[in-house]
Amino acid sequence: MKSPRIFVPNDATAIACGADRVAKRLEAGLLARGITADITRNGSRGMFWLEPLVEIETERGRIGYGPVTPADVDELLHAGFLTGADHPKCIGVVDELPWLKKQTRLTFARIGIIDPLSLTEYEAHGGYRGLKRAIDLGPAATVEEVVDSGLRGRGGAGFPTGIKWRTVAAAPADQKYIVCNADEGDSGTFADRLIMEADPYCLIEGMTIAGLAVGATKGFVYCRSEYPLAFVVMEKAIEKARMAGLLGDNILGSGVSFDMEMRMGAGAYVCGEETSLLESLEGKRGLVRAKPPLPAHVGLFGKPTVINNLVSLATVPIILDKGGKFYRDFGMGRSRGTMPIQLAGNIKHGGLFETAFGISLGELVNEIGGGTASGRPVKAVQAGGPLGAYLPVHQFDTPFDYEAFAAKDALIGHGGIVVFDDTVDMAHMAKFAMEFCAHESCGKCTPCRIGSTRGVETIDKIVAGEKREQNLALLEDLCHTMKLGSLCALGGFTPYPVVSALTHFPEDFGATPKLPVAAE
Amino acid sequence: MAVYEDWSTERAAQVIAEHKHLDGATMPILHAMQETFGFVPDPVVPMIAETLNLSRAEVYGVLTFYHDFRREPPGRTVVKLCAAEACQSMGSTALTAYAEEKLGVSMGETSADGRVTLEPIYCLGLCACAPSALVDGQLVGRLDRATVDEIAECVAAGKHFGEV
Repeated sequence: MKSPRIFVPNDATAIACGADRVAKRLEAGLLARGITADITRNGSRGMFWLEPLVEIETERGRIGYGPVTPADVDELLHAGFLTGADHPKCIGVVDELPWLKKQTRLTFARIGIIDPLSLTEYEAHGGYRGLKRAIDLGPAATVEEVVDSGLRGRGGAGFPTGIKWRTVAAAPADQKYIVCNADEGDSGTFADRLIMEADPYCLIEGMTIAGLAVGATKGFVYCRSEYPLAFVVMEKAIEKARMAGLLGDNILGSGVSFDMEMRMGAGAYVCGEETSLLESLEGKRGLVRAKPPLPAHVGLFGKPTVINNLVSLATVPIILDKGGKFYRDFGMGRSRGTMPIQLAGNIKHGGLFETAFGISLGELVNEIGGGTASGRPVKAVQAGGPLGAYLPVHQFDTPFDYEAFAAKDALIGHGGIVVFDDTVDMAHMAKFAMEFCAHESCGKCTPCRIGSTRGVETIDKIVAGEKREQNLALLEDLCHTMKLGSLCALGGFTPYPVVSALTHFPEDFGATPKLPVAAE
Repeated sequence: MAVYEDWSTERAAQVIAEHKHLDGATMPILHAMQETFGFVPDPVVPMIAETLNLSRAEVYGVLTFYHDFRREPPGRTVVKLCAAEACQSMGSTALTAYAEEKLGVSMGETSADGRVTLEPIYCLGLCACAPSALVDGQLVGRLDRATVDEIAECVAAGKHFGEV
C-alpha cells in the first residue's frame, strides 16, 4: 500500500492554534504504530476556525479533520483517520465544503493545497505560466494585459495597477525598482501574510513579471516585523527560486534579469503608506513624502518605482496566465476581478474568502461568517482596518465594491472585516481610532499629529457630558480638518471610524436614544 | 526566553560590517543589533553613523522613530499582547488587565526583577482566532485566561513558554 499523505498546515494561524504540537504528536503516534506516512506541512486553506485542520489524501479526495488538538491525535489514529474514517472532528472532503465551493479563488488558488516551498508543486498547479506568457508577450503587451484586467490596488487606494506600471515603463532611468508593500498593518487583515506563508512563489513570480514589464531589475519586499514566519518563508523561497534560475540573470532564457530582497519593518503602522515605506526602505524615519512627485517618477532612492500592494502583485501571475479579459469578467461596476475578503474579530467562521466584487456585506457576515463567535447579535462591523468606517447592521445590504462603500462614507481598504457584537462601546472604539492615530502618526503634518490627540480629549469630554453640543461641533470640525488637511491616509481617514461611530451609535456617546424611525 | 550576547564593541563592529553593503542599511543593522544584544545599545549610534556616512542625529532619529527598537534590555520573557480592533472584539482589553495583574507589571513596562516585559502589539494577523499574543517569539491564538496563567507560571519558574 502507498504510504498515506497527511497535511498539517504551518501558517502562522495554524501554528498559533497548536499545529506544530499536533504534527509532533502525529509523528510520534505513527512511529509507535510502525506506520510510514508522508507529513506535508501545507499552508492554510483559510478556514481559520477549523485550524489546525489536518487533511488526509484519499481516493475520494482530501478528507479534513479539525480543529485537531494534540490530545485528539491518538484517538484519530485509533479511529482509522489515515483511510478517511469517520470521527466527530471529520469535516468530509475539504474541497466540497460550501465555504470553499462558494469562493472564486484566483489569487489564492494554491493556498493550503501545495507545500509552500515546493517549486515542483507550484509549477504543477499553474505556477510560472504567467511569467512564461509575459516573456512571450514582451514588456509593452504585458503592461497592457494588466491594464485590461482592470486590477486596482488591493492595499486600499484602488488605483489602477496597470496605469502605475505604464507610468514607470515610460520613465527613462538607469535603474528602476519594484517594491512590494507587505506592511499589512490593518487589524482584521491577513491576506498578504497568507500569500507569503502559503504560496510565496506566487509573489516572486508577480514581482518578476512587474520587473519585466517596466524594465526594473531589482525588487524589495517590505514585510512587517509582526510577521516573522512570513519573512522566513519568503527568504527561503527567494533563495530556492534563485538556485532554480527563476531569479537572477537571464530568467528562463529570456534575457531578463530580476532579483529581489526581503526587508523588515519595525512596528510603524504609517510605513504601510507608500511614501513612508520608501523612506523606511532607504533607512530613514518613516516620514510621509508630499506628492507629487509620484513614486512612479521619483521613488526608491530617487528612481522610478512601482510600489504595489502584495495582493495586487500576487494577482498578476493569473492575469498573465489567463489573460486580462478573463480576470475582468469577474466583479461589478469599476471593481473588476476578485477580492480576498478577510472575516475576522468576533465571528463564528473567520478566515479568507476570495470572491468576485459585488457580494453583500450581510451575506459575508451572517451567512458565510455565521454571525458572531459569542452568539450575541452583531452591532457593527469595521471594514477596511483602523481607518475604515463602522457599518451598522442596517447597511448590510451594501455590496462589496469600491464605489458602493465610498457612497456610504466607508472604504473596503485591504478587504478586512472585523465584527463586533452588542457588547461593544462605540464611543470607546471612536476614541481608540484617535489614540491609534496619535500613537502611529509620523508627525510630519499638523492635522494628524495634533488633531489626533485633541480628538481623544474631545471624545472624552463628550462622553463625560462636558459642554456636549460645543464639543460635538468641535469634533466634527476637527474631523473635517484632518480629512482635508492631512498629508496621507493615516490622518486623512481616521475621521471615518470616528464619524461613523458617532453617526450610527450616538447613544454610546451619551445621547438620548432617538425614537425608532419608520423604515424607508 | 531569548539568550543575548554581552555588549562588545568588536561584536557590534562585526554586525555592522555584515550588513553595511545593503541598500538602505540602517534598518537591517539596527534589527541585527537588537537580535544580537536584545536591544540597541547607545554606543552603536556613532558607529553606524560613521560607517554609513550619516550624522549621529540621523541614526538616532531612525532608532527612536520605530516602536520595535529598544534602547534598554528587555525582560527575560517578552509578552506582546495584541491591542488592535479584532482582538478587542474578542475581549482582549479585559484579558490585558488580567495579564497585568497575573504578571505584576503594567502594559509597556518591564518588571523590576527583569523577569518579564509586557507590551502591546498592533496586529499579528491572527485576527480570525483572536485574541492573540506573541510570547518569547511564539505565536499564540485564541488566548484565554488559562493560557495567561500558563505564561505567568513560565515567567515565575524562569522557563521558556511551552516548557511547563
